[in-house]
Amino acid sequence: MTLRAFEATDAPLISARGLTKRFGDFVAVDGIDLDVHRGEAFGFLGPNGAGKSSTMRMIGCVSPPSDGSLRILGLDPGADGSRIRSRLGVVPQRDTLDEELTVRENILVYGRYFGLSKAVVRERAAELLEFAQLADRADSVVEPLSGGMKRRLTIARSLVNEPELLLLDEPTTGLDPQARHVLWDRLFRLKRSGVTLVLTTHYMDEAEQLCDRLVVMDGGAIVAEGSPRQLIAEHSTREVLELRFAVDDHAPYQAKVADLARRIEVLPDRLLLYVDDGDAAAAAVHDRGLTPLSVLVRRSTLEDVFLHLTGRTLID
Amino acid sequence: MGTAQRVSRMMPFPAGAGMARALVERNVRAYKHAWTTLVSGFFEPVFYLFSLGVGMGALIGDIDAGNGRMVAYASFVAPALMAAAAMNGAVMDSTFNLFFKLKYAKLYDSVLATPLGPRDVAVGEISWALIRGGLYSTVFLLVAAVAGVVESWWAVLALPAAVLIGFAFAAVGMAATTFMRSWQDFEYINLTILPMFLFSATFFPLSAYPAALQWVVQATPLYHGAAMIRALMLGDVGASLLVHVIYLLVMGMIGAVFAARRIERLLLT
Ligand SMILES: Nc1ncnc2c1ncn2[C@@H]1O[C@H](COP(=O)(O)OP(=O)(O)O)[C@@H](O)[C@H]1O
Ligand SMILES: [Mg+2]
Repeated sequence: MTLRAFEATDAPLISARGLTKRFGDFVAVDGIDLDVHRGEAFGFLGPNGAGKSSTMRMIGCVSPPSDGSLRILGLDPGADGSRIRSRLGVVPQRDTLDEELTVRENILVYGRYFGLSKAVVRERAAELLEFAQLADRADSVVEPLSGGMKRRLTIARSLVNEPELLLLDEPTTGLDPQARHVLWDRLFRLKRSGVTLVLTTHYMDEAEQLCDRLVVMDGGAIVAEGSPRQLIAEHSTREVLELRFAVDDHAPYQAKVADLARRIEVLPDRLLLYVDDGDAAAAAVHDRGLTPLSVLVRRSTLEDVFLHLTGRTLID
Repeated sequence: MGTAQRVSRMMPFPAGAGMARALVERNVRAYKHAWTTLVSGFFEPVFYLFSLGVGMGALIGDIDAGNGRMVAYASFVAPALMAAAAMNGAVMDSTFNLFFKLKYAKLYDSVLATPLGPRDVAVGEISWALIRGGLYSTVFLLVAAVAGVVESWWAVLALPAAVLIGFAFAAVGMAATTFMRSWQDFEYINLTILPMFLFSATFFPLSAYPAALQWVVQATPLYHGAAMIRALMLGDVGASLLVHVIYLLVMGMIGAVFAARRIERLLLT
């Protein structure tokens, strides 16, 4: 099928069945199935080592799958890697900016790798530098830029070929909160303009903010799939009561409050009670004469979903 | 279709998009910011030419260039210096510079995320080494001609000959670099290049070596490079030229295909 014919269909942009990646005997991605549709913002949420980057590299056609089938834009990465890559934008986990070039040249040269004419890359570089709020640094070398600026430049660079599918591997890891918000704002704009986003993250707030739909990955496998809202509804309660006691080990307290909650998680420094009404449960705790150091009622998040599904926290 | 594209298509395996040219363009841009490193490469062979060829040559006098023909020592040694310069330039670019891009700058990680494939990387980097080497060789040849050590108009062909030497060494150097683990491993490159530079019938004729060693000398690639350029600059053109050309061409082709495959193995995991 030609790319144009493919565009007329509503077939998924990415379609994987039993997709597997092995490094020697080690299985990094263990037979995952997924479909990503046009216009979606799709996320992989999982801790370090879950296999997110390995999956992204296979989708980016820079890592051959060990097993299973993978179609990107209706094409086979093995046979048509170059054609697929010409339609993708890639933001790798580690910035791979060209430090021997200036900020502007990074975009110019990258555009030339896609076979774009010099006139076109000049024009797009100017637009993208505006988009990435880097116009005033255009002729600076890359090295002294802040982490957030480098990340924005990497994203700007990945857009030079006007990709229909943008792959972002941990776009905001290592950035301060302000820089993250600037980046999120840029990604929202892209999403509104119709670019399909596929991103990985181990921040549940990022997944909740950006993703229409996501899969939770752990140990190379997909353990759950849905919208952030669906996942929370399915795998957690409406509210969470967090109790912190003045002890080193919270496990003995579990039995004293277990009947108040649908489910309980014991973390090293606190108890998490999964309940429908957090305030009512907190009152019940007090009625039993228990005096926690701190009491917090909050809504369930994807972090709770992950904890429930895997018994571990996302960031250790 | 551009030349780079055509060359790229000719090579068997692995994948490329015929876009090596874009990588050459990238290198040209990078060197605009570091042009001093480019310029310094012009001087080394020229300094050798004057100190060894012209200076020492005055003490040595004429020597036998091979078939009983006596030439000035400077005319004997200049072609070897040109060949060695082509070798050194190509090896520098395809080892030190390439290792840096491969391991530290992670340049090819970003390049391979675009339509370019490993073959484009190999062809692009080798082409760039040739362009750079070609520039140095042109300047050297002009200086040699002005210094009066070029004996024949055949010397014009010494330019493509130098580019061929560059190709052979750049391709093999690139393949070797893909095996390097740290900067220490580059000692092996120096250990290969330096003896070759000194003992490939570069500074004294083949007949000066013991008979048993003559075979070893004749097996080295720089011997063929130096002999090829010497034949052209002295105007001793014959069938043996063809042997030199084929030797270097085969060496380059094997090196290039091997380098492209190794880059694929290393980066597309
Ligand atoms: N090139 C490789 N060789 C061997 N093991 C690898 C390689 N790349 C990744 N791995 C392993 O695969 C697992 C998944 O890694 P990765 O996909 O990077 O996870 P994530 O991006 O979710 O942190 C990790 O245990 C990692 O050590
Ligand atoms: Mg990762």
